[in-house]
Amino acid sequence: MSVVKAVTCPVCGCLCDDIELTIENGRITKVKNGCAMSEAKFTSHCCEHRVTKPLIRKDGKFVEVTLEEAVRKAAEILANAKYPVLYGWSCTSCEAIKVGIELAEEVGGIIDNTSVVCHGPSVLSVQQVGIPSCTLGQVRHRADLIIYWGCDPWSAHPRHIERYTAFSEGRFEKSTWRGYLNKMKALMGRKKIESALRRLAPKKRSQVMEHYERAPYPYISKEGRKLIVVDVRRTKTAEIADYFIQVEPNRDYELLKAMRALVRDHELEVDKVAGVPVEYLEDVVDAMVSCDFGALFFGLGLTMSSGKLKNVEEAIRLTRDLNMRTKFIIMPMRGHYNVEGANVVSAWETGYPYAVDFSLGYPRYNPGETTVVDVLLRKESDAALIVASDPVSNFPQAAAEHLTANPLIVIDSHMNITARMADVLIPSAIVGIEAEGTAYRMDHVPIPMKKVVDPPDGILPDEEILRLILKEVKKIKSERGHSG
Amino acid sequence: MELLIKNGFVYDPINGINGERMDIAVKDGKIVKDVGSRAKVIDASGMVVMPGGVDIHSHIAGGKVNSGRILRPEDHYKDVEPKTATTRSGVGYSIPSTFTTGYRYARMGYTTVMDPAMPPLEARHTHEELSDTPIIDKASYPLLGDWWFVLEYLRNGELEECARHVAWMIKATKGYAIKLVNPGGLEAWGFGRNVHSIDDPVPNFGLTPREIIRGLCKVNKLLNLPHTIHVHTNNLGVPGNYLTTLETLKCVEDLANDGKPVIHITHCQFSAFKGEDWRTFESGAEEIANYMNAHSHVTMDMGQIIFTDTTTMTADGPFQYTLYTLSGNKWINHDVETETSAGIVPFHYRPKSAVHATQWSIGLELALLIKDPWKMVLSTDHPNAGPFIAYPMIIAWLMSRKAREENFKKLHKRAQKKSLLPSIDREMSLYEIAIMTRAGQARALGLKNKGHLGIGADADIAIYNINPENLDPSRDYEAIIYAFRNAAYTIKSGDLVVKNGKVLKHVPGATLWVNVQLCKPCEIEVDADMKRKFKEYWTVEYENYPVSEGYLAISSPINVEADV
Repeated sequence: MSVVKAVTCPVCGCLCDDIELTIENGRITKVKNGCAMSEAKFTSHCCEHRVTKPLIRKDGKFVEVTLEEAVRKAAEILANAKYPVLYGWSCTSCEAIKVGIELAEEVGGIIDNTSVVCHGPSVLSVQQVGIPSCTLGQVRHRADLIIYWGCDPWSAHPRHIERYTAFSEGRFEKSTWRGYLNKMKALMGRKKIESALRRLAPKKRSQVMEHYERAPYPYISKEGRKLIVVDVRRTKTAEIADYFIQVEPNRDYELLKAMRALVRDHELEVDKVAGVPVEYLEDVVDAMVSCDFGALFFGLGLTMSSGKLKNVEEAIRLTRDLNMRTKFIIMPMRGHYNVEGANVVSAWETGYPYAVDFSLGYPRYNPGETTVVDVLLRKESDAALIVASDPVSNFPQAAAEHLTANPLIVIDSHMNITARMADVLIPSAIVGIEAEGTAYRMDHVPIPMKKVVDPPDGILPDEEILRLILKEVKKIKSERGHSG
Repeated sequence: MELLIKNGFVYDPINGINGERMDIAVKDGKIVKDVGSRAKVIDASGMVVMPGGVDIHSHIAGGKVNSGRILRPEDHYKDVEPKTATTRSGVGYSIPSTFTTGYRYARMGYTTVMDPAMPPLEARHTHEELSDTPIIDKASYPLLGDWWFVLEYLRNGELEECARHVAWMIKATKGYAIKLVNPGGLEAWGFGRNVHSIDDPVPNFGLTPREIIRGLCKVNKLLNLPHTIHVHTNNLGVPGNYLTTLETLKCVEDLANDGKPVIHITHCQFSAFKGEDWRTFESGAEEIANYMNAHSHVTMDMGQIIFTDTTTMTADGPFQYTLYTLSGNKWINHDVETETSAGIVPFHYRPKSAVHATQWSIGLELALLIKDPWKMVLSTDHPNAGPFIAYPMIIAWLMSRKAREENFKKLHKRAQKKSLLPSIDREMSLYEIAIMTRAGQARALGLKNKGHLGIGADADIAIYNINPENLDPSRDYEAIIYAFRNAAYTIKSGDLVVKNGKVLKHVPGATLWVNVQLCKPCEIEVDADMKRKFKEYWTVEYENYPVSEGYLAISSPINVEADV
């Protein structure tokens, strides 16, 4: 039995690297410091839904083959394709992504990553207006105002709040954990009052409740860190917030614009914006302008609701405006643990963060034209390699149909839906558990991933599999008499 | 592998060779006395042979460079490099992709490039990119001027403790030199503030930039690092800042002994502004040059402006914010916990802007008025003042008054009136250019095996199609530009990598770093101290912070014994 410390978790963009694992007989048995998702991934590494052998579809059925055969078949598909797409990349190491880029360049295809269905709009907004940001430690040390907009870290990035924001200990700001406990007690108290009132006086209830709903939240003017949540529904994160703004669905753009106006000391001539009373907005903006250091985190609530990149652009502009009055940063809550790495590696090798098209022999980038989803919807690609991702389960149906209608190579550790539709399926080792590599956190800090156990017999890391395929592709092309 | 470069006009200032016709012999990647008859021969008759170019300050890798790439797809659209049988594809202009960066430097005959600003927490990123930059040897300087450990130890007067921790950091980040950017200002920027003079105390810490600069200068000496402290001054980009620069130079005067440099001021052009505001803006180059001509404890690089659309990117967060407010362009800010900051703003330098035109003049005035070329070397602070592919133009401006005049004509009238250039006749020789682009850079860096062609040097050689007997650089500056843009031959570690401006092979370059050896018990103590405090300061674990050698494509440590 051994204990490995300082392990980096391969799940979400928090990229927590303080996980402690207990390993017995080549299996992870205990996970310390990890959230529920972390524990699930670490403890299930050996047994759940693993692809154990290379498979090729013959006569509609999966047949077990040798790795050499699978690699050869994959290489043939890619080398013979006119416009292949190489997609995924967010759940594997930077080292593997580098090989992926070389492969895409070699076969003249498109290399794209999951940004295209997630924070792609954020990237596009950054390309329009830039982004005032920082590393998460700056937030931990300095932030006394934290806003989560259109994201729910309690569910999606469970340790974000305790490691980096409201409940973390910084040099200049303390954790508000105790305040949160008090608030939870008060919340329980209030719930008891509500249920008692419901039983005692059903008719009078509405008057009393209205009073509660109109009273200004007391916590907005408290000392210490403040947490504000903006969302269309009262999420779990909203429950622990000091101030919750419920914005009407698809109206975030207006709300952001209104806030910008207030930051610049304009008067708003309406009573409500996007369903939020202006007096509440004025309180919130007041807190934003008078804080020492504010941080705005946002997620798909902004990137994937009406307006998309325009929402993010407005949020960034709001942050820029706030920098006239105080110190403020904004950061996208990246989902997968290495989607940031996929953007970063792609940018330094090709100049562009995603949707890179090599079909003309040099990198081209034109979202809408070279993004994988659009290419699939226009039925332009004729083969695909999917690595560390599950597009069939989350792409638009028409795109997934075209994906599976053409030769499909999948490299994955698990038998997910995309893997089930593959023509060639090559099992890979899980990065961060069975293979080492580098990943980039949501604030683009690079952190090494460890190998703590061996992968199942005969299974290689993505990096090595891709190298084998690349080598084979070069061989096929030189056999054909092609140069370069 | 043996190579013989025959009969070229050799310029090797470190060894005092000024255009002598001689042969250079290469064996196993090093310059040797002679080689056998089976050596491959390059006929360099009628051509200039110089050591491979050395660039002391060029932002080519790491977090902010890459954020710049992402920020500016428009910078890449117009400048693409297709894949060939021997090279990878890429994109360029002011922020080229990594493969393109290596190829373009090699095409100009450059073989060593230093990335001058590495945020220590993201050192891994810098090294990943450097390792992906082919052909050239490179290194990077960790940003330490605002590191909390430095600020605390210097404030408490614990110089040796500070030195030990700096040594730890240089090794952990595989760095080459101590970099200071707007010392104190970046920590202030953590809360949106700045410092405005070298005696302005840093908020929350209580010490002044003067104390940081002096402290790190002393630390540098204790650690015996090959380069001096590398300083981007306070008040950079502010009219009137030449006074801050002079104060910075003066504040370490007493720390210099034996006449050797103790400080390097980088991209001095941005720190040589005179005047009270943008209207009364003029050049402070003369004052700085006068100081430089009378002192020998300083080296500098130019930071020469090129009139083009480029990208500013520095660790000077507050200055970059100012640039954003001035220009209204898109702006990226990236503060790094415990350590430093960064900012990126696209910028277009125009000859018809009185300010930019004066800036153009300042860089050249500095280089031409400072008599000793060993003290002031060539740079554009790529990409801040201009892309590195413009170096051949700067060489032409330095060598040819006529070339300067051609550009002078385009300037805003006010800048023309104020400029000292019309009164400067000096035209540099090939020997001086060799100092400014290779020998002087290597010497300032303390690189023993680079920048010269003596026996034992690394075989990094550039051969240019210039015949000093036939060519008058003053008149034919276009030929100078062409020749330096497309090296006839570039040899790296004894390997022919470029011929007639065409890259022949994609080979990795080495990453240089300083392996500072402390006394044994000190090493253990520092490690233990860092381990104890780590969680308090950073959001990553102690174990995951240092960059292992595996990240360097070819690791080239330089062993140095510290005096602590």
